Amino acid sequence: MSLLSDLINLNLSGTTKKIIAEYIWIGGSGMDLRSKARTLDGVVSDPQKLPKWNYDGSSTGQAPGEDSEVILYPQAIFKDPFRRGNNILVMCDAYTPAGEPIPTNKRYNAAKIFSHPDVAAEVPWYGIEQEYTLLQKDLKWPIGWPVGGYPGPQGPYYCGAGADKAFGRDVVDSHYKACLYAGINISGINGEVMPGQWEFQVGPSVGISAGDELWVARYILERITEIAGVVVSFDPKPIAGDWNGAGAHTNYSTKSMRNDGGYEVIKKAIGNLQLRHKEHIAAYGEGNERRLTGRHETADIHTFSWGVANRGASVRVGRDTEKAGKGYFEDRRPASNMDPYVVTSMIAETTILWKP
Amino acid sequence: MSSLSDLINLNLSDSTEKIIAEYIWVGGTGMDVRSKARTLSGPVSDPSKLPKWNYDGSSTGQAPGEDSEVILYPQAIFRDPFRRGSNILVICDAYTPAGEPIPTNKRCRAAKIFSHPDVAAEVTWYGLEQEYTLLQKDVKWPLGWPIGGYPGPQGPYYCGAGVDKAFGRDIVDAHYKACLYAGINISGINGEVMPGQWEFQVGPSAGISAADELWAARYILERITEVAGVVLSLDPKPIEGDWNGAGAHTNYSTKSMRNEGGYEIIKKAIEKLGLKHKEHIAAYGEGNERRLTGKHETADINTFKWGVANRGASIRVGRDTEKDGKGYFEDRRPASNMDPYVVTSMIAETTILWKP
Repeated sequence: MSLLSDLINLNLSGTTKKIIAEYIWIGGSGMDLRSKARTLDGVVSDPQKLPKWNYDGSSTGQAPGEDSEVILYPQAIFKDPFRRGNNILVMCDAYTPAGEPIPTNKRYNAAKIFSHPDVAAEVPWYGIEQEYTLLQKDLKWPIGWPVGGYPGPQGPYYCGAGADKAFGRDVVDSHYKACLYAGINISGINGEVMPGQWEFQVGPSVGISAGDELWVARYILERITEIAGVVVSFDPKPIAGDWNGAGAHTNYSTKSMRNDGGYEVIKKAIGNLQLRHKEHIAAYGEGNERRLTGRHETADIHTFSWGVANRGASVRVGRDTEKAGKGYFEDRRPASNMDPYVVTSMIAETTILWKP
Repeated sequence: MSSLSDLINLNLSDSTEKIIAEYIWVGGTGMDVRSKARTLSGPVSDPSKLPKWNYDGSSTGQAPGEDSEVILYPQAIFRDPFRRGSNILVICDAYTPAGEPIPTNKRCRAAKIFSHPDVAAEVTWYGLEQEYTLLQKDVKWPLGWPIGGYPGPQGPYYCGAGVDKAFGRDIVDAHYKACLYAGINISGINGEVMPGQWEFQVGPSAGISAADELWAARYILERITEVAGVVLSLDPKPIEGDWNGAGAHTNYSTKSMRNEGGYEIIKKAIEKLGLKHKEHIAAYGEGNERRLTGKHETADINTFKWGVANRGASIRVGRDTEKDGKGYFEDRRPASNMDPYVVTSMIAETTILWKP
C-alpha cells in the first residue's frame, strides 16, 4: 500500500494546473485561528485576484445561526509549507454580507491607520518577538516538565542546549524553516528563560504586513504543534510562581527615528506612549496583569518606565540606538496573546497621529 | 499529515537566498554553551563579515538586569550539520557594550597570546582528547548502567563492541560525522575504560582554532545528546570509586619541537611546565582533585612528573617522539571540563614566553 505520506507529499504540478488555497481567519475569541481550503484553477500571486469566500460564523461565535454567513476578504498570500508546490496560504479578514467589518476584525481599523498619509509617510517598521509555551497534550503541563512536579529553577534554559535544558527544539526549528519557505520575514529564534518556552521574531516588516505575517506565523505554529502532538499556549503567565511569563515585545521605528536626530523623535514618541499607558495596556492582551508584576524582566503593569538596555522597563532603548543617536525602541508591555493588528496600529497612532 | 522531519529538512535554497546563522557563546558558568539563531540575507564565509549581535546577559549570569546587553563578536564559522544547506554555526565571544571582554570571556586573552610574534612564529599545534560521559535523562546515572546498581568492573569496555559493552555508540558516530560535515578537524573517536564514557579528538589545529573547534564540537555534542534524549556530562569524576575519570589530554608541539633537535626543546618546555605546576593545575578545570589521584591512569594532583609512554605521569612523551628526537608531548593533567582557550594559551605562554 501507498503510505499516507506518499499521498500527502504528492507533487501535483505534474498532473494539473490546479492549486489549493488555505484561507485563514481569526475566530470569535480574537485568538483562535481558523482555516479551510479550496481549489483554484491556477497559480495566483496577487491577493486582489483571489475570490472572496464565506464561512459559518455561527460555529465560531461570530454570527447568529439564522444569519450565519461571514465573508472572507483575502489580504495576503504566503507559500504553503505543508502542501508545497504552487499551493498557498491566504490571510483574510472578516465582513458582514453588507460589507461591514465584523467586531472581531481588528485588521480593518489597523489598515485605515496605516494608510493615513502621515503614518504612511513615516514608513513604520515593526519587529515582533513572539514568545510561547509548549504543553504536553492532554495534561496541559509544559513539555519536558515532570508530571506532578517541577524542573530545576530557571537559569540553564535560556538559549540552552541538551536533553535536560531544551524541550521541543524540533517544533521550533521546523517552524523557522517553514516560515522562511512561506515567505514570512522571520528573523530569528531562541530558547527562553522558562523551560519549554521559546521565541521567534518576525520583522522588520512595514505597516500592516507585520500583523499579517505574525498571524500566519502563529497559524503555521499551530499546524506544526498539531503534527508534533504538543499544544501551543499563548497565555502570558502559563505557570504561576518563580517562572517567567510570555510576552510579544514589539520593536518599532519610523523614518524620522531611523534618520539623523532620530533619538529626539524616539524620546518624544516614548513620551506620548507614557501619557496613554492605560489605554495601551488595556489593548495589549488579556491576563497581562498576571505577567507584568515588576519581576521576571517586566515592569509593573501600573507603572510606565523606560531606559537604555533596561529589561525591567516598559520601554527599552538599545545601546546601539543611544550611541548612534537614531534607531528604534522596544515596547515590552504587550502580552504573548496580543493582537498584532491592534498593537502595531495603536503604537503608530499614538506616536504619529495623536497630539497630547 | 506532513511529518515534522519534512519541514526540519526543507532545503530552502530553492525558495530563498536567506540563510540561518546559529550564534554560539559560553555562558556564565564558563561551561554552559548557549545559542540563538538569526536570518541573514545571503551566505557568509568570513566571520569578520558577520554582524555583531547581543543577548540578555542577565539570563545567563553575565550582566545585571538594568544593564543587560552583552555583545557577541563572531569569531569562527562552521557548517550547520542540523540545518545543512548554506546554514552556519558561529562561535562567538562576549564583550560589554564598551568593547571590554566580560570576565567569562577567556578567548580574548588567548587570542592575544597566540598573536604574540614569538608564539605565532612557533606555529603551536594542539590535539585535544575530549572525554565525556553519557547519562540517562532524569536519573543522571550513566547510560547502560542498571538503575540502583553497577555494571561489571572495568576491563571489557575500552574500545569494546557489543550490547553489553558499548552504550550510546549512535551518539558518538552521529557526532563524528556531524563534526566532519561542520568542518571541524575531528581526528578520531574511541570507547573509554568506564562504560558509558567516550572520547573524541580534535586536531592537529593551530593556535586559537583548536579551542574554537573544541567548543563547536562540544556544542554539536550537546545538540546530538538532546536529540537522543541523553544527558552529556563533562564532570571529571562522574562516579566515585574504582571507575575512571574523564580528562582532556592536550597534545602540543611547536615548530622547534617538530624539527631536528626538537627533543631537547621538548624537555626544556616540560621543565618549565614543572616549575608552574600549581598555576596550571588551578586553571585546568574544576573538581580535578577528585580525578587526579595517582590511580586510574592519572598522576597525583600535587606531583609533577613526566615519562616516555607513561600514562601515570602528568606529561607523557610518545615512544615515536623519543626515537625520532623530535615530535610532540601530551599534557595529561587537564580535566574534561577545562576551557580549551585557557589551557592551550597557557601552555604556549609558559613554554614560549615565560622565563623562569
